[in-house]
Amino acid sequence: MSGLTPLVPAPFAHQGGGVTRLMVLVMVALTPATGYGLYLFGWPAIFLFLVTVLSAVVFEALSLVVGGRRVGPFLGDGSAVLTGWILALTLPPWAPWWIGVVGAFIAVVIGKQVFGGLGQNLFNPAMVARVALLISFPLEMTRWMQPLPIGTPGAPGILDGLAITFGGGSGIDLDALSGASALGHVKTELDRGLALPDILPSVASWEALGLGQVPGSLGETSAALLLIGGLFLLATRVIRWQIPVAMLGSLALAATLTHLIDPARYPDAVFHLLGGSAMLGAFFIATDYVTSPVTARGQLIFGAGCGVLVFVIRTWAGYPEGVAFAVLLMNAMVPLIDRWVRPRVFGRTATGKPLSYPSSKEPSDG
Amino acid sequence: MKLFRIRGGVHPEERKVLSAEHPIRDIPLPDVLHVPLHQHVGTPAQPVVERGDLVKKGQQLAKDDGVVSAPVHAPTSGKVIGIGMFAAPHPSGLPVRTITLKPDGLDEWAELPPPIDDPFAAPPEEIARRVAESGIVGMGGATFPSAIKLNLRERCDLHTLVINGAECEPYLTCDDRLMREFSEQVIDGARVMAHALGVGRIIFGVERNKPGALDALRKAARPFPEVKVAGLPTRYPMGSEKHMVQALTGRETPSRGLTADIGIVVHNVATAFAAYEAVRHGRPLISRVVTVSGGAIRHPANLRVPVGTSVRALLDHCGGFTEKPTRLLIGGPMMGQPLPSADVPVVKGMNGLLALTRREAPDAMAMPCVRCGTCVDICPCGLVPLDMMAHVRRDDISAALKIGLGECMSCGSCSYVCPSHIPLVQYFNHAKGRMKVMAADEQRAEGSKALAAKRAERLERELRAKKEMLARRKAESAKKKRAAKPPPETMAAPPKAAAATPSPPETEPPKTDPTMPLANAESRTAPMPETAPAAPIGDAAIAADEAPTGAVEVEPLAGVTVSVDDPSGPALATDAALLRTLQEKALEKRRQLDGASAQPEASNVHPAETGKGGKDDR
Repeated sequence: MSGLTPLVPAPFAHQGGGVTRLMVLVMVALTPATGYGLYLFGWPAIFLFLVTVLSAVVFEALSLVVGGRRVGPFLGDGSAVLTGWILALTLPPWAPWWIGVVGAFIAVVIGKQVFGGLGQNLFNPAMVARVALLISFPLEMTRWMQPLPIGTPGAPGILDGLAITFGGGSGIDLDALSGASALGHVKTELDRGLALPDILPSVASWEALGLGQVPGSLGETSAALLLIGGLFLLATRVIRWQIPVAMLGSLALAATLTHLIDPARYPDAVFHLLGGSAMLGAFFIATDYVTSPVTARGQLIFGAGCGVLVFVIRTWAGYPEGVAFAVLLMNAMVPLIDRWVRPRVFGRTATGKPLSYPSSKEPSDG
Repeated sequence: MKLFRIRGGVHPEERKVLSAEHPIRDIPLPDVLHVPLHQHVGTPAQPVVERGDLVKKGQQLAKDDGVVSAPVHAPTSGKVIGIGMFAAPHPSGLPVRTITLKPDGLDEWAELPPPIDDPFAAPPEEIARRVAESGIVGMGGATFPSAIKLNLRERCDLHTLVINGAECEPYLTCDDRLMREFSEQVIDGARVMAHALGVGRIIFGVERNKPGALDALRKAARPFPEVKVAGLPTRYPMGSEKHMVQALTGRETPSRGLTADIGIVVHNVATAFAAYEAVRHGRPLISRVVTVSGGAIRHPANLRVPVGTSVRALLDHCGGFTEKPTRLLIGGPMMGQPLPSADVPVVKGMNGLLALTRREAPDAMAMPCVRCGTCVDICPCGLVPLDMMAHVRRDDISAALKIGLGECMSCGSCSYVCPSHIPLVQYFNHAKGRMKVMAADEQRAEGSKALAAKRAERLERELRAKKEMLARRKAESAKKKRAAKPPPETMAAPPKAAAATPSPPETEPPKTDPTMPLANAESRTAPMPETAPAAPIGDAAIAADEAPTGAVEVEPLAGVTVSVDDPSGPALATDAALLRTLQEKALEKRRQLDGASAQPEASNVHPAETGKGGKDDR
């Protein structure tokens, strides 16, 4: 019976689950908002989504082959699918196919694999891709469409959808159907010198913003469904509350304060929380394990930083939306945060010195 | 009773139900007993019997050797048929000195030391002595000689004795059964130990998943107001003594310190029971309760097993396997150790023998860390395991130390939760082994440096002596011009001549024997061979020069002090060499399992070559 069992060291127990399970849970949480987004923006959005996710997987597989890694287990972890998925959600729904392909390439190859693959990248791959696309192809990346749910009059059918995504005449005038996102519209009008009370009536209602029936990225518009997905992630303990709460909280706080100071110039917190991709960012993007701090306190700092930066960029910078930039900027801070913010070690003070007790004969409690 | 929060922890599936309702049973005497002489932390015991001797049950077979050691007694009557090397219950399977006993079947007691009639009137020293003579060691797995902990009253201001009945490891139920079936004896043993420690308060810490044990203890403790029984939350590693002390008293043991530094001594319930047996009946520690369990065991059980019984006999007694186990281990699944073979003896510190199936202990390929931070959340010691792992992978042990590697107690919670199935705690054990080697190297280097300095000093001194002597002789010869013969041996053997000079010259009166104060001044490395004052200088210097290999060995006591506060770390923490052997084997195994995984392993052989990135996938 010698050599009965292999000499693997303890522990001989595991709580179960793995990286793949976590990725799948995130996908499950994204499903409602994604499904609704695909429905709202129709066949072109569906094709763009498929193209993006598929290219992400293909690029991941290619990278693994080139890097000489085993393709099976690494492709199976689901991270490439998720990266492509999240990237697709941040793209204009009727963007051409090559936006998805180029984006997936940037995200998977440049954003992740060149750093060494899963777990090694400093920046959120999907956000790297989104920002690179936005800067490189500003026209395609800012053409927002009015929601045209599948089945409604004027909505593109499968063939029109194929034509819109993959090129070729579709007979649909894109410009006629395009519209500005809420954030973009408000920013443009403010820049023209108008006051908020005059602008807001022309913006969609709160309900429309909450449900997502507004122009915007494929999956960012439905704040309510994203919130449901986020709560699901919290309930399943895939993510912790620190980042979303700190991010949304600091964004809301900054918006409220400025709104109180000058209601004519600064939209209120509700507009900030519902109007852009704050929900998507707070629950699904900033919470990316790899690119966020590992300690609870570090995550609070990180989340708060993201929220403040989103507000600053939206309010004072050149772009109407700032989630991607904010997350990337805070990604860069993560090594520093993780270095400074550590839990207190058992038996040591916060500064790392061993605790000292006055020698006492008597117990301190009853 | 008010309880306090402890940080982190996990809740592995308990699976105690397999054996929890099986009362403690005796196992029939085996045909042969292999009693190892090193069943405790510290120096192995020295045999006091010889081959062919007939011994009685409870008779001392080997006596303790040194300060940290424990004697070993005959588990039954019979004949000593061998004193030699036999495989130890350790992953390495390396042999240790073992006395082999052929039972005569009579199970006849030797003449035992008389019971201490009123232990509470006896001086504490007597209790401690009895516990020491009975070979009692920490039975929760740490196997530290218990009497030393009973003598802590001399060093620390003590106020509380905590009896550890947490049994937080899954599967194990031996302490549970002991508390349920022998609650009065356990409480008596605890009270006797409290008397020996001179403390007036006893707290039993028992996880709430053992309501039977809690009830039994509470009932038995009723007559004794000083005994409190606390139900603790079921959370691994509640049985870590520092964490249990924190949960019970709110006090946190300082880093590198002992719980005794904050006035608290912790003993295991089985140790308390053994103390009861020793004090009230004079019986030495010759058997213990072992939980035999796991999905592959046909009839899980709690068995009272004579020390030295073969593990195979236990398995056979429990009906063997229902299916081939994928893991055979001693201890619990969180901190236990794999057994290379079933042909090893049961020892004093063995609380469980588990045969696990693939379903219970699944194999999983290690994937890259995704920085989810779960290990940070659950680390009971407040460490950042993923960072420590990254440092160890780069073979930067000192960086890992800087962020707290030394505080890691290898509880395995991080490995348990890691979604990437990274064997985190294995990295840390590996690093701790390296740490010991590094410390030893450093000590050796310092020793050599000291010796080199000493040698330079000696050469200089000799040179000076020679010069002085020459000068003196010159002066003498100048003075006594008629003296025609210059001393020839001066040239031939100057040092000896110098040494032989009866009285040193006036220029250097205090340096009559300079080696001694020098050696003391440089005695950072303790056991430098002292030069006999009478020895000639030349010889002394040679002796000192020969010293570097033998004299600056690692101080064994250093390792031992660490083990005092080691909660349940079995022999693991004590034997760097064995540990490393295990780790090397295990790493190799893990590597095979992983195949071409992308998880670069910290290799013992060439860790520098396993940096992250390109080399990931061999």
